[in-house]
Amino acid sequence: MKKFLIALLFAPIMAFASGNTAHIDKWPGSVSDKAALQNGAKLFVNYCMNCHGASYMRYKNLLDLGLTEQQVKENLMFTSDKIGELMRVAARSDEQKQWFGATPPDLTIIARARGEAGNAGAGADWLYTYLRSFYRDANRPTGWNNTVFENVGMPHVLYGLQGQQVMNHETHKLELAVPGSMAPAEFDKSVSDLVGFMVWMGEPQQEYRRTLGWFVLAFLAVLFVVAYALKKEYWKDIH
Amino acid sequence: MSNQGKMDCGRRRLVVATAAVGGAGAVAALVPFVSSLLPSERAKAAGAPVEVDISKLEPGQMMTVEWRGKPVWIINRTKEMMDTLPKLADAVADPKSEKNQQPAYAQNDTRSIKPEIMVVVGICTHLGCSPSQKFKAGTEEGMPDGWLGGFLCPCHGSTFDFAGRVYKSKPAPTNLEVPPHVYLADTRIMIGEDKKGA
Amino acid sequence: MAAGNFEKYKSDGSLAGNALEWVDARFPATSMWKGHLSEYYAPKNFNFWYFFGSLALLVLVIQIVTGIFLVMHYKPDAALNANGVPIAFASVEYIMRDVSGGWLIRYMHSTGASAFFIVVYMHMFRGLLYGSYRKPRELTWLFGVGIFLCLMGEAFFGYLLPWGQMSYWGAQVIVNLFSAIPVIGGDLSLIIRGDFVVGDATLNRFFSFHVIAFPLVLIGLVAAHVLALHETGSNNPDGVEIKANKDENGIPRDGIPFHPYYTVKDIVGVVVFLMVFSAVMFWAPEGGGYFLETPNFYPADPLKTPPHIAPVWYFTPFYSILRAVTYPLFGLDAKFWGVVAMGASVVIFAFLPWLDRSPVKSIRYRGPIYKTLLTIFVICFFVLGYLGTLSPSPMGELVSQVCSVFYFGFFLAMPWWSRMDKFKPVPDRVTFK
Repeated sequence: MKKFLIALLFAPIMAFASGNTAHIDKWPGSVSDKAALQNGAKLFVNYCMNCHGASYMRYKNLLDLGLTEQQVKENLMFTSDKIGELMRVAARSDEQKQWFGATPPDLTIIARARGEAGNAGAGADWLYTYLRSFYRDANRPTGWNNTVFENVGMPHVLYGLQGQQVMNHETHKLELAVPGSMAPAEFDKSVSDLVGFMVWMGEPQQEYRRTLGWFVLAFLAVLFVVAYALKKEYWKDIH
Repeated sequence: MSNQGKMDCGRRRLVVATAAVGGAGAVAALVPFVSSLLPSERAKAAGAPVEVDISKLEPGQMMTVEWRGKPVWIINRTKEMMDTLPKLADAVADPKSEKNQQPAYAQNDTRSIKPEIMVVVGICTHLGCSPSQKFKAGTEEGMPDGWLGGFLCPCHGSTFDFAGRVYKSKPAPTNLEVPPHVYLADTRIMIGEDKKGA
Repeated sequence: MAAGNFEKYKSDGSLAGNALEWVDARFPATSMWKGHLSEYYAPKNFNFWYFFGSLALLVLVIQIVTGIFLVMHYKPDAALNANGVPIAFASVEYIMRDVSGGWLIRYMHSTGASAFFIVVYMHMFRGLLYGSYRKPRELTWLFGVGIFLCLMGEAFFGYLLPWGQMSYWGAQVIVNLFSAIPVIGGDLSLIIRGDFVVGDATLNRFFSFHVIAFPLVLIGLVAAHVLALHETGSNNPDGVEIKANKDENGIPRDGIPFHPYYTVKDIVGVVVFLMVFSAVMFWAPEGGGYFLETPNFYPADPLKTPPHIAPVWYFTPFYSILRAVTYPLFGLDAKFWGVVAMGASVVIFAFLPWLDRSPVKSIRYRGPIYKTLLTIFVICFFVLGYLGTLSPSPMGELVSQVCSVFYFGFFLAMPWWSRMDKFKPVPDRVTFK
């Protein structure tokens, strides 16, 4: 009960402190790299979906990443057996609120929500930096803090891969104290893939949209030529 | 309309060209709107195939499952039930299931894949009520004399036999629909799909 | 130009001809066609600024058609679904993902909303440039101000529907403004919201306003706007009244039938518009974060206020004026006077026909005073708009106060400054190349 109350105390702080006093790195990935997105999907389902839902996505959509239905069913579907189902989180949101102080947000459109006016890639950059900026903090109930999201309620779920970072209080920089199963460069690539997956999830049809735009503009250019010729022809009458 | 007949060739050609290109564009623009009217992914997911385990279905018993919002009956027919079918060749309207109310593999004497297991959509083909079970032969369940067993639709009186075939001179025009289905194993049926797995 | 004065159609004996004659005896079909299109004589010197009326009509149609299809799938319900997400918010993502072509329809509607304001602001600016609001076209102008007010309302109600963080908190702030009105304010806010805070009741009534009430009023006002215009005839970039110079058949010498000349020209305008519209829709649907705002990708949370609440870009000039008022007066607090100032800044446009005392209609024949003041006015409008997107700051407050004073001064002092200028002689006939 006491832990719950303490956690609850931090809830309002978590709400307002999304402050990014830290430098935000640019996300190095691309949403057209299907292999990276597939890897990201695997990481997402294995590490994120225990707490976070992607409840606007259907497992079926993962087929667009170049996976077969068999691959999706065997590797990526843990909370349902029907490929048309939504990617829900197994836990109940009210219980999660009790455990973490705040319900872990749905991540389907998190890459769009973390964006900024005038900066198209800001959401991806933020996520990429955030996931690599956890450090040990004994003062926090989870034992973890984050330079990008101060006093965040989320623990460092990827610590097995990254290892454990600590804050160097002189340089105010993070240092790797205990290595994880991945070297830093490999970990960065994994996080990049995971972020890529979230960017893709935010708008799965984005590549199709951009391509379709070319066809539409091309068509309108043709229509313009014809319509303008028509106008000129009629306006010959006017002096 | 005030200047009809005055348009010269060049002008007419340009009008036709613009109208043609514009028309093509308008049709293309309609595509997303019309396709938005089709069943969405959510509707398709809700209408997804249903797997049924019939290992506990005793002979003579019927179970009901839901598929696409409709009741689907699975009946484990006894030998007596099966024997009524050839006797009704003259009493039913479409004894050989010539009308398109079943997949090809159910267009046989028993209207099923496995002879004893009847899989049929429990909706009367007249106006959509769900018929009641009248399995007992004779007048015991309020049916007329000579009744061999089957179903009675309470709404307008249509009757069906143990293969879902409609009796003659009833309001319902066709036999009960047999949905696409496939046996995944001896006692597991997937309703809503013809091919295994995929 | 009044309907009913046109010759009815006489059949040429064909089936179509007979059908049309049958209709014409019972309905003013040919009369309307002639009066508003084939024999509506518009000045021949329309320029770039004259495209925006037909474009506004096009965008209205786009919004209505896309709106009809969106309403098939959208659900106005603030309750949480099984995944803990408000149903209304989830239904928008449902449209984006599960409905075939839904994402395109949604982007058309969101881009269309911003496009509507860009087009309407250009259309209004044309009025300022050429004195379109002057006698005898005051009523056309007044209907236009009515349309603008309705459009602001329509956009405001529509923005709540996605039920994102910005939707929710923007509505909360704006509805709370009404509570600033003395005596009736509190009850008024309660009536608008249907509850003590913005909630499901608010969402459902805003849905009703946005989907049916305001569109009906808009359509009525647009019809009135065009009818009033056609009654007087259109103005033109030279401000010359073409009806003053008619030929022996009573047709203005500088007039050309709207159809086919302006139908054909407006088609080109439409195609160019659609090119820009499509470029935004397919390649930058979020409009740099101004058309689809980032905070709105979070579902509404009544317990968590976003760090920065601002209205959508098209409201920001007026919002700046509201924030600029920081002094209480006559015992009423600054909040109230801010609301008054914001309302006045829109309504003041209605008075233009009577504020403008220039002997000349069009900017082409006005002097340097007018050109300078109009330029400063436009700059102020943009500056106020930009400041409205930012958080309040001492410098921002000062600048918006200066701009607001100029903004109101431009209108209120117009009866005087519009008379003193170096005017050029206005020709009898329009200038056309």
